[in-house]
Amino acid sequence: MFEITREVLTADQVAEAVRAPDCGGVVTFLGTVRSPSRGRTVLYLEYEAYPEMAVRKMQQIAEEIRERWGITRVAIRHRVGRLEVGEASVAIAVAAPHRREAFEACEYAIARLKRIVPVWKKEVWADGEEWIGWEGTEEVQPVGAPAARA
Amino acid sequence: MRVRLRYFAGAREAMGRAEETRDLPAGTTVGALLGQLRAEEPRFARLPADMMVSVNFEYRAPDHLLAEGDEVAFIPPVSGGR
Repeated sequence: MFEITREVLTADQVAEAVRAPDCGGVVTFLGTVRSPSRGRTVLYLEYEAYPEMAVRKMQQIAEEIRERWGITRVAIRHRVGRLEVGEASVAIAVAAPHRREAFEACEYAIARLKRIVPVWKKEVWADGEEWIGWEGTEEVQPVGAPAARA
Repeated sequence: MRVRLRYFAGAREAMGRAEETRDLPAGTTVGALLGQLRAEEPRFARLPADMMVSVNFEYRAPDHLLAEGDEVAFIPPVSGGR
């Protein structure tokens, strides 16, 4: 299960998608909208994705996890649209035969997601708004002829 | 050659549109296209310099050659406030 959705995310949905007889542990992660963020009170967030590419990159992460930890099952869902403080923006579940791989692979999944899955969030405060990265990927250097900054 | 361009987040706001189709000369690279857009649209030029570009859903370097039918997306890591 790899998807961009406008629906509410729960840990149960992704956990159920990865449970399997040969897996003795399921680790889930929910990323939630936090306020304050960087010292400012957040009213809400707007998430936007490049869905076709985001889903491919989620599948790539699952393949990387399989290569590194062997038998694993991975589910990743990312929500887009307007999210209120406290709501989940991303849900990840990893199932593995033993808990250690499941914990490690789940941490790897969220770290990789933030680097290679094209999803953006705009923080909206009482007095303004700003697009927040997305950390960028190390795989290809940015196409950076230096541009003038505002 | 015809390519489809897609803009996201701050890039979409800077260009004032989410996508378009363009005719480009054969031999156009990712870097050349980015330079062309920066020259056309000052707001696009003011986006952070570390813009990523994907071609057919893979991140590509500036010297990557574009081809007929490619889907090129502009993926700003961070966009400026306003």
